[in-house]
Amino acid sequence: MEAKTKDLWVFIETTDEGNAKNVGLELLGAGRGLADKQGGKLVAIVIGNNVDAAVKASTTYGADKVIVVEGSEYQHYTTDAYTNAMYALVEKYAPTSILIGATNNGRDMGPRLSCRLKTGLTADCTQLAIDEESGNVAWTRPAFGGNLMATILCPDNRPQIGTVRPGVFKKGEPDESRSAEIIKEDFHVAPEAIRTQLLEVIKEVAGELVDLEGAEIIVSGGRGVGGPEGFKPIKELADALGGVVGASRAAVDSGWIAHAHQVGQTGKTVGPKVYIACGISGAIQHLAGITGSKTIIAINKDETAAIFNVADYGVVGDLFEIVPALTAQIKKLKGIE
Amino acid sequence: MNMLVCIKQVPDTTEIRIDPVKHTLIRDGVPSIVNPFDAYALECAARIKDKNPDAKITLVCMGPPQAMDALKTCLAVGGDKAYLVSGREFGGSDTLATSYILATAIKKIEETEGKFDIIFCGKQAIDGDTAQVGPEIAEHLDYPQVTYAHEAFAEGDLVKVKKEVDEGFEMIGVKTPCVITVTKPNFEPRYPSIKSKMAANRKEIPTIAFADLESIIDSGRIGLKGSPTKVKKTFTPEVKTGGIIIKEDTNEASAKVLFERLVADKVM
Amino acid sequence: MNNTVLDFGFTPDQKDLQMMVREFGEKELTWEKMREFDDRGEIPMEAYKKAAEMGLTAITIPEEFGGAGMGQVENAILSEELGYWNGGFATTVLANGLAFDPVLLFGNDEQKAYYAKYIVDGGFAAFALTEANAGSDAGALRTTAVKEGDEYVINGCKCFITNGGVADVYTVFALTDPDAGARGLSCFIVERDRKGVSVGKEEDKLGIRTSNTCEVIFDNVRIPAKNLVGQEGKGFKIAMTTFDLTRPAAVGAGTIGGARFLIDQCVQYAMVRTTFGQPILTNQAIQFKIADMEIGTQAARALVYRAAEMLDAGVVDTTIAASAKVAGSDNLLKVSAEAIQIFGGNGYSREYPIATIYRDAKIYQIYEGTNEIQRMVIIKSMLKAYM
Repeated sequence: MEAKTKDLWVFIETTDEGNAKNVGLELLGAGRGLADKQGGKLVAIVIGNNVDAAVKASTTYGADKVIVVEGSEYQHYTTDAYTNAMYALVEKYAPTSILIGATNNGRDMGPRLSCRLKTGLTADCTQLAIDEESGNVAWTRPAFGGNLMATILCPDNRPQIGTVRPGVFKKGEPDESRSAEIIKEDFHVAPEAIRTQLLEVIKEVAGELVDLEGAEIIVSGGRGVGGPEGFKPIKELADALGGVVGASRAAVDSGWIAHAHQVGQTGKTVGPKVYIACGISGAIQHLAGITGSKTIIAINKDETAAIFNVADYGVVGDLFEIVPALTAQIKKLKGIE
Repeated sequence: MNMLVCIKQVPDTTEIRIDPVKHTLIRDGVPSIVNPFDAYALECAARIKDKNPDAKITLVCMGPPQAMDALKTCLAVGGDKAYLVSGREFGGSDTLATSYILATAIKKIEETEGKFDIIFCGKQAIDGDTAQVGPEIAEHLDYPQVTYAHEAFAEGDLVKVKKEVDEGFEMIGVKTPCVITVTKPNFEPRYPSIKSKMAANRKEIPTIAFADLESIIDSGRIGLKGSPTKVKKTFTPEVKTGGIIIKEDTNEASAKVLFERLVADKVM
Repeated sequence: MNNTVLDFGFTPDQKDLQMMVREFGEKELTWEKMREFDDRGEIPMEAYKKAAEMGLTAITIPEEFGGAGMGQVENAILSEELGYWNGGFATTVLANGLAFDPVLLFGNDEQKAYYAKYIVDGGFAAFALTEANAGSDAGALRTTAVKEGDEYVINGCKCFITNGGVADVYTVFALTDPDAGARGLSCFIVERDRKGVSVGKEEDKLGIRTSNTCEVIFDNVRIPAKNLVGQEGKGFKIAMTTFDLTRPAAVGAGTIGGARFLIDQCVQYAMVRTTFGQPILTNQAIQFKIADMEIGTQAARALVYRAAEMLDAGVVDTTIAASAKVAGSDNLLKVSAEAIQIFGGNGYSREYPIATIYRDAKIYQIYEGTNEIQRMVIIKSMLKAYM
């Protein structure tokens, strides 16, 4: 496909209620510079049902133009409805680049779309730039469990597409006074063209809902916590900080805590403001999942643990004494008894 | 139920080290393993086979001849037959080209094994981490897909898939034929038994070469030249430095120093 | 992990078995997982179930009876790799082979098929010879089996029976002719669900706490005459022939696994543990300790696999088999004591697995004939050549 415009699209993932998820707004922030360099507009693509709030947020967070596809078939994400809608839009407008959040849904739709368009897709990018020589988007992403970074170009096919890791880019400052061109596209997908059916929603057992990706503070335990009871001080610190409990693969594999808590390559990739690693040695797979954190604090009795190489604050000592002491200080500061 | 599981042989990324001087990956001596997510995918298929003894599991792997080892490993834990897709012409393929080759090979294998009802893939491979080949195979074949599956249950031509979403799980219904990509479930793959292991070692594994696909494949869409994405450069990530190490005489004192630093630096 | 000691000219199948068991151990038998079972003195049943499904508990049972049909070299590989992670678990698994071997060596096909099924189906079997007043001195046994018509009636009490509390079937040695001493001993298959079979007290042991050791009581237990293994009066020979077969793999190889684990742990620890600003591995005192651990282990390992190979070749050499058991178990006790020394206070702490292996190690010098008995057997066998 030839690009008809120099526009850069950002797919704004929406909730079932029609709100924009954070990741799309982050990508508007990241996409602005790329769009300007490419000499095109920054366009938000909003697909969903009753998505006024998401359209408004897209404008506020920097889109020049918003293309909206609405319909009840888009209320809850399905591969077929969303891929068909995106494909129809791309056929019509032919942008030069598309950014999609590397969420479960983004990574479900991205390859489906790029394959239908017979174009290149770079997954789970953590850095974005314009390649000076060619003017293509330079997509940079980790591989080999975070051991290696690769910069990838898609020189001959359009659009060039990438999924981008949530939490890596920060949302810009909202500007309520901004306005954008809003285009509503009347595109519908027939029910029989949607080949999957939602039979049942299974919520996690009460108290087990773990939003690691959206958490601002995560307190994680690893092999060093020694057993299921060892997560008690971890949980207390997390509660005192209003944070979420995470875990390393070693702790999950030992059966001490549910997989929903796992951070790292085979668990969740996180980007909190504060990540506190307790008794975690810092296997590369774990580190790959936490590099988006603003501040990393490590508590470990083994001075040589790899976690200290990435920690902003490293405390050498026994987590079972340090963590409760820290919890007590924080409670005192916050006036909780 | 006729099932296919796509397997990739990958270096064990937990064993990869960085050369501290040259800043390159040290791949020597790193063992090759079955991509863990593919092992989960195979376990999902094997669990369906446990309940439906007539079910059949075929394995396919694209890779160099050594990838035969990965197929043998998988034959010991539920696979009935295996095919290796191998050839120089396939080298340098990105995910789009890889998925095209695999989709074409699948059509070829179906001539012998019959049409597959479910094609299982791992969510992603731990070396590339792209999570793209599964959905792209589905697109090439124009099949519905369910990604991030934890488990699948077959009921006639309906497959119920427990899919991981941000808020927990969804049970998704999909008709066969379909593609399912599997993430880490709450169970571990089964171990081989001594007998299944020894039997797997003695099984013939046919190789599908470029020549076998020549009449049905567009050679412009495979290998390096058929790949829309190009790697411009690779580099090792910078190691963050400049952290503070706190090690006071007592743990209590260390905790206090940490707390004071965090407050002073406005981290909390 | 130190791989230099691992390749012993094994066939590809043997290497596959080694990797299979090693991966199983790495996942299921780590100290983190075993510690609670060690604390409570329990068999880790989940792990046992998985091992049974893999066919590890029936490795030496012939294929025609549902087992893997492997030999003593493979049995030794199994024992070594399990022993690397947990001596108690290795003991539990290998005890099945010990119990089955008398039937395999002296039983008829019907008995073999019958007995094998218990193990192949994932159950437990136990070898019941030892009594309170008779361990290695089999001639002092008191359990009796009296023939009444088509039945034998068994009375007696066995103690220190590995798997005694969990077994579905026992291989029981009882006197059919109490006046004839060891020559009056016979071997029987006794099912757990026979009336009069009960389990007595469970031993609260120093080590191998992940295995089960119990008293088993036979109170007027009636079994059909067809449960007699071999002929009446052959019990002592059956037991001794069984030990010749099991000592290298079941005992000797297990000790090699334990020693290898300790060497791996010591090297890793000595590289990161620093004193006076240097890793302790830079001290020659530590280097020599580890080198000596390696020497003893390599030597014992060579003997163990030599003995296993000879058995698979059909050569029964009591001296070699007993030597393998003694060399392995004496070495492990030495290695584990030195390992604790290298780990210092951490070695003495139950935080680390080192102390556990030290406790476990002692049993290998005791069970399946104490090392003193082994030496008696060796000298007796040696002297024959000089007469």
